[in-house]
Amino acid sequence: MSTQDTGQYKITQEPFYEPQGNEVDLYTAAYASRLPMMVRGPTGCGKSRFIEHMAWKLGKPLITVACNEDMTASGLVGRYLLDADGTRWLDGPLTVAARIGAICYLDEIVEARQDTTVVIHPLTDHRRTLPLDKKGELVEAHPDFQLVISYNPGYQSLMKDLKQSTKQRFVALDFDYAGAALEADILVKETGTDKATAEKLVKVGITARNLKGHGLDEGISTRLLVYAANLIKGGIGARDACRIALVRPITDDADIRSTLDHAIDAVFET
Amino acid sequence: METSTPPASGLTPEALKTYREHLTCSFPQLDDVFADCMTEAAALLSPTGIDDYLDGASLVCMIGRGFEPVLTYLENMPRVAKQVGEEALPLISQAVWKMSRTPNGRAIPGFLQTIAEVTRRLGSLQQLQRYVDLMFDMMARTTRSIHGFHDTIPSPGMPDLLEQIPFLLSQLSLEGLRNWIDYGIRNYGDHPERQRDFFQLQSADSRAVLQRERHGVLFMDHERKLDLYLWAMWLEHGEEKPYLVPYSEGFDELRKPQPYFDNLGIRVPDVYDDRNGISGLDRYRALLAHIAGHWRWSGKVIADNFSPFQRIAMELFEDCRIDTLVMRRYPGLRRILLGLHPKPVEDACDPKTESCIRHRLAMFSRAVLDADYDYSDPDIREFADRFQRLLAEGESSTKEMVSLAASFVARTRRQSDQLPNVRFTDTVVDYRDDNRSLWVFIEMGDEEEMFDLNEKQVQEEDSPESGLPPRHYHEWDYNTQTFRPDWVSLYESLHPGASPALIDDLLAKNAALAKRLKQILDMLKPQQLVRVRYQEDGSELDLDVAIRSLIDFKTGHTPDPRINMSHRTSGRDIAVSLLIDLSQSVADVPAGCQQTVLELSQEAVALLGWAIDKLGDEFAIAGF
Repeated sequence: MSTQDTGQYKITQEPFYEPQGNEVDLYTAAYASRLPMMVRGPTGCGKSRFIEHMAWKLGKPLITVACNEDMTASGLVGRYLLDADGTRWLDGPLTVAARIGAICYLDEIVEARQDTTVVIHPLTDHRRTLPLDKKGELVEAHPDFQLVISYNPGYQSLMKDLKQSTKQRFVALDFDYAGAALEADILVKETGTDKATAEKLVKVGITARNLKGHGLDEGISTRLLVYAANLIKGGIGARDACRIALVRPITDDADIRSTLDHAIDAVFET
Repeated sequence: METSTPPASGLTPEALKTYREHLTCSFPQLDDVFADCMTEAAALLSPTGIDDYLDGASLVCMIGRGFEPVLTYLENMPRVAKQVGEEALPLISQAVWKMSRTPNGRAIPGFLQTIAEVTRRLGSLQQLQRYVDLMFDMMARTTRSIHGFHDTIPSPGMPDLLEQIPFLLSQLSLEGLRNWIDYGIRNYGDHPERQRDFFQLQSADSRAVLQRERHGVLFMDHERKLDLYLWAMWLEHGEEKPYLVPYSEGFDELRKPQPYFDNLGIRVPDVYDDRNGISGLDRYRALLAHIAGHWRWSGKVIADNFSPFQRIAMELFEDCRIDTLVMRRYPGLRRILLGLHPKPVEDACDPKTESCIRHRLAMFSRAVLDADYDYSDPDIREFADRFQRLLAEGESSTKEMVSLAASFVARTRRQSDQLPNVRFTDTVVDYRDDNRSLWVFIEMGDEEEMFDLNEKQVQEEDSPESGLPPRHYHEWDYNTQTFRPDWVSLYESLHPGASPALIDDLLAKNAALAKRLKQILDMLKPQQLVRVRYQEDGSELDLDVAIRSLIDFKTGHTPDPRINMSHRTSGRDIAVSLLIDLSQSVADVPAGCQQTVLELSQEAVALLGWAIDKLGDEFAIAGF
């Protein structure tokens, strides 16, 4: 019942991604064996961008699902909808991906409840099938289908960890913020800002990452640095841009704000 | 303020004689100074003022405290009257007279000596009046009577207080002074020795209240910000943060302590006022940046072979290198560091009368840090140039600075450097530490000071409190409904390990009780609400599930009847910290018991510890 427009899931333009190591090769190899993939790492370090990039590189459609606590198993596999004539079946994103041979990317998988995540189990082992109970159908996964989940181990509580039976169905790639030089490169390529500004932004980012565990749950992500670089490029003063993009979003703690504001002043000379 | 036209210099003998007759006082020493005092008085005071002045002096003469109070009065009062008005003359003489009628006559000379300084600080008659009232209030409240009839015992703290007044007023507003005195009287009014300690600024709380009343940025208010600053900007991930220990600058008049760091931590001043538009907080940050720069980039130098001058120069060159690297890493700190750095004027130091070594070095320091500063001195220019070349390629090193400084000293040395009169103006860079960590001494004890240092170190190591410095805490005083600041000194230390068999015995003895205790603790309600879905009966309708059931029903499937949800609590977030009284009194055996309080509490704590351990909660025991 794949009446969906599969073209919409294709990635037509190359998403910018700067490899930090051999993750591209590793992913390609995993895809060749259609192994389910787990990407782990702090927020805003480039996990989703990496998956997009790989989908583009492999020429496969990508279906992304942002998981949340209210998501149900039927939200993933599909459901009957009420309409004027009674009801009609609608495939969920996971089913669509399995049918059309897309990469299905479940972002922040731990946000979904554990009883929801078990529906992916039959798709992630040798069976590669998806039973649709309500509909009485067993969907055989397309040969190109691959399941990818992302997972931020840092701020999740113990209550929200993945079950072992889920974890042990994946191969995993660890991500972290890129090193200073590489991160500056990323900013330059992503935003077109000049190298000096990019290096300074990275320096501010590093100061905040040093405060992780001393009152900050997460440091400043590469994503926020990109925002700041974009603002600066748009003509906002560097120090203002840093304050609104890097400091204000991440903390309400007055002492940390004061420290980071000072760091910004120290890095960007008046 | 009244002023009169000053007469021509000098007074006629007749006038002097009239004045002398007006002054009822027969001390023979008076004649030596009278003419001088009167010349000044006549120049500064109106005729009425002079009358008041002489009346006042006569009164002071009559109190029977010798010539000294009279002399102080005669010498100081004309200028006081000139500054705040001639009403000050009777005010002070009457105050002295009144004071002489109390047992506090001993304090009169001290009181008179403070007047000139106090007037300069306070600057108005009203303020001076307030000051006098304040002193009388203090006196009245601390003078004690024996049988309730007469004031018989003089105020113990008064002379000490008067001695501290100039310093106190340099630190506090008059209001602050009043609060400080008030605090002392309230807490030590009945305790002469401690009252004296308080007013001599000897006791910890006396200094703490002084700090509370003082202006500027207090270290204690910003400790966390400074910790964060070190973590964020200077420490590598996982590096241990040094301990910050504040010291007070207010109590060493002769030689101000300087910040320094050693393996116990970084010593920083307890308060920084804003300076040259740099906030106190930024001054702290500048200091920490400099010190962090030292421990990041500085090496050790063997001190024995260098002369004191060479060492000063080497320290300064190394400081300059550190500052350059700090500014290279964080260019925004340039504004703060240069704002705090003195700007020595090239010809300000006269080598004929002063030792210019510090001045010369300060010029060098300014020249290398601030490109806008250009001194014409060829040596400074040349060495600044060499310094820049060394640092142009990289971080350079302490060793290179040492040899550069040695040649600088050799080149610029002058005979007058040995003069005892060293020029300090514009040479003190207050965000720099004293560089003690730069030096290694092979032979300890070449100089006398080194002997002292050694002994002190040995003492420090021997003392039981050689671990962490004490933490001071406020204590609530229910009598006055205020906090007594820094009243409690707490020395932290870990309890030494001992045999666990004792605790096992205690547990075995109370096994039955332990079991019951665990049951009770188990019943402690867990926290954290969790939604429970798919309930046939629940507190709320779960709309998502209800709609799905409806769809199932319409499509001919069996609808799920579990369409309600409820909430339950799950998870625990309990940490227990137990503070146990381990003072002398717990060695007593309470009436009707065989065990001491200590033994009983040991048992209780062992049981509680065991139970909490079983529950898996965080647990800490502290004792005092």
